[in-house]
Amino acid sequence: MTGTVYLVLGALLVGGVLAGLGLGTTPIPAGRLLAYAVGDRDALSPAELLIVGRIRLPRVLFGLLVGGALAVAGGVMQGLFRNPLASPYTLGLAGGASAGAAVVITTGLAQGRLWALPGGAFLGAAASALAVGALARTRKGTPPLALILAGIALASLLSAVTGALIYFANPQEKGAILVWTMGGLDRATPAALAYLVPLVVGGIVVVLAFARDLDILALGDEQASHMGIVPGRVRFVLLGATTIMTAAAVATAGPIGFVGLIVPHALRLVLGPSHARLLAASALAGGAFLVWADLGARLVLRPVELPVGLITAFLGVPFFLYLLRRGVAQ
Amino acid sequence: MRLSAQGVGHRYRERVVLSGVELTVAGGELLAVAGPNGAGKSTLLRRLSGTLRGPGVVLIDGADLSRLPSRALAQRLTMLEQEVPADLAFRVEELVLLGRHPHRARLGPPSPRDRAAVHRAMEAMGILDLAPRPFSQLSGGERRKVLLAAVLAQEPQVLLLDEPTAHLDVHHQLEIMSLLSRLTGDGRAVLCALHDLNLAAAFAHRLLLLKDGRVVALGPPGEVLTRELLRDVFGVEAVVTRSPATGRPFAHFFIPTRAAAPNPWPETIHPGHLA
Repeated sequence: MTGTVYLVLGALLVGGVLAGLGLGTTPIPAGRLLAYAVGDRDALSPAELLIVGRIRLPRVLFGLLVGGALAVAGGVMQGLFRNPLASPYTLGLAGGASAGAAVVITTGLAQGRLWALPGGAFLGAAASALAVGALARTRKGTPPLALILAGIALASLLSAVTGALIYFANPQEKGAILVWTMGGLDRATPAALAYLVPLVVGGIVVVLAFARDLDILALGDEQASHMGIVPGRVRFVLLGATTIMTAAAVATAGPIGFVGLIVPHALRLVLGPSHARLLAASALAGGAFLVWADLGARLVLRPVELPVGLITAFLGVPFFLYLLRRGVAQ
Repeated sequence: MRLSAQGVGHRYRERVVLSGVELTVAGGELLAVAGPNGAGKSTLLRRLSGTLRGPGVVLIDGADLSRLPSRALAQRLTMLEQEVPADLAFRVEELVLLGRHPHRARLGPPSPRDRAAVHRAMEAMGILDLAPRPFSQLSGGERRKVLLAAVLAQEPQVLLLDEPTAHLDVHHQLEIMSLLSRLTGDGRAVLCALHDLNLAAAFAHRLLLLKDGRVVALGPPGEVLTRELLRDVFGVEAVVTRSPATGRPFAHFFIPTRAAAPNPWPETIHPGHLA
């Protein structure tokens, strides 16, 4: 079963990458892409090489990293909070990133500064995660339910802040904020990849190294502590790693919904509760899902490009409801 | 192997729930901890497990538990809590393998040693045939044996158990207790909190009685199960006989009332107790 799932995910991933590199206004057959990949330097013309290397490849990589980061973070959150509705945004990260981006846009800081927008979004996301952690802390530790409630409360507050900034912004800024909060992979730049690769790959490695700790925490904090786990330390490491991964992803791509909620939830239904399997599969599935969704965003209404968040919702929600109904039926 | 507690106590906020416990347990011994609800049985076990901090020291072979790293501690000593979620979706062998955590590297598959330890633990608990079943679909008695196998896979020298027979039928109670007493065979020390004094007397080498967080008695069941101690600790009258089935001490309990039914053991009740 597990083998089949990985095989399907691998096929979806490779297919998505080839389609992402090949499809567009200048279609390139998969055969020639593969020939180039295995060393035939004449398989692509210089113009095609430029399109693939400069435009499509960064975008595909960006999709793999952002989708993988969101899905893995969602899997960690759902395991940590033992709640299928937990997502990478549970600690108010999406709201924080949007508010940060809105501040940067309305104050004019974004003018001509490449780093200002992702920087503001990253700071907003990280600050809201820290605030939620601090708000939920009690003398005896940080109860998971308190974290979820503090996250929901802060997200509402931050969405009011963003709303106020939009209300008082000029029409041009209004549009910029709105487009940013819808999320999209069209913002892929080599500079963004340079920080996404280490943060997301590093985050996934840390999370996988603590996957078994997450399994054992399901037995309850008391029992886990008899089995060599320090529950508070595990939660700190996992929340820290997922916050950094999510903030890095959201800082550039904007808050893309549903990937982090649906992908790990669906995989848990298929693969079972073991987090090493689940999180590794989430990294592959999240990446593949977002690359295919982005393909849809680019191609469905060509030449108009849709926000990828709309596609993830249109694809993800019916699938989620199907799984939900199947689960209820069983 | 030697586990010893010196002046061990604990308080929750201002309330002292455990104080001045002195205790030494050697490998090969099964010690039962008994006492009324709220006497501090679970607290004592958690203090001995090293996961709860408080006054006094707990030593394992002379090493202070509170100074051992969590991993090193879990390789030597472990505890099974009374309440563990029943709805875990893990398959039985996956759950037992989790017990190998303190012996495993962070990344990578389980080693042949891990596999062997899991197999031994499941064999000792007689649950090899349950290996592929989901934990959540097992009966209460089966779940208890799976959890025991998981902590056994840690290969601990000291095993602490909080009410291992709670909510189990009489067959499973006896089965769990005889499995536990067999575990002491390989030089392991087993300490368990038990409500059922007769079950404790039937299987334990020594019995520790707690009342209001203090040790009232510690010794062989025959010395601890006495009319006076049972009256003092539990507030019940008792007649202690020997079980015709096991030859071990066996206590029959009752609470004397004014309108007492005909008493089968009139000679054991002092007239003063009826007043």
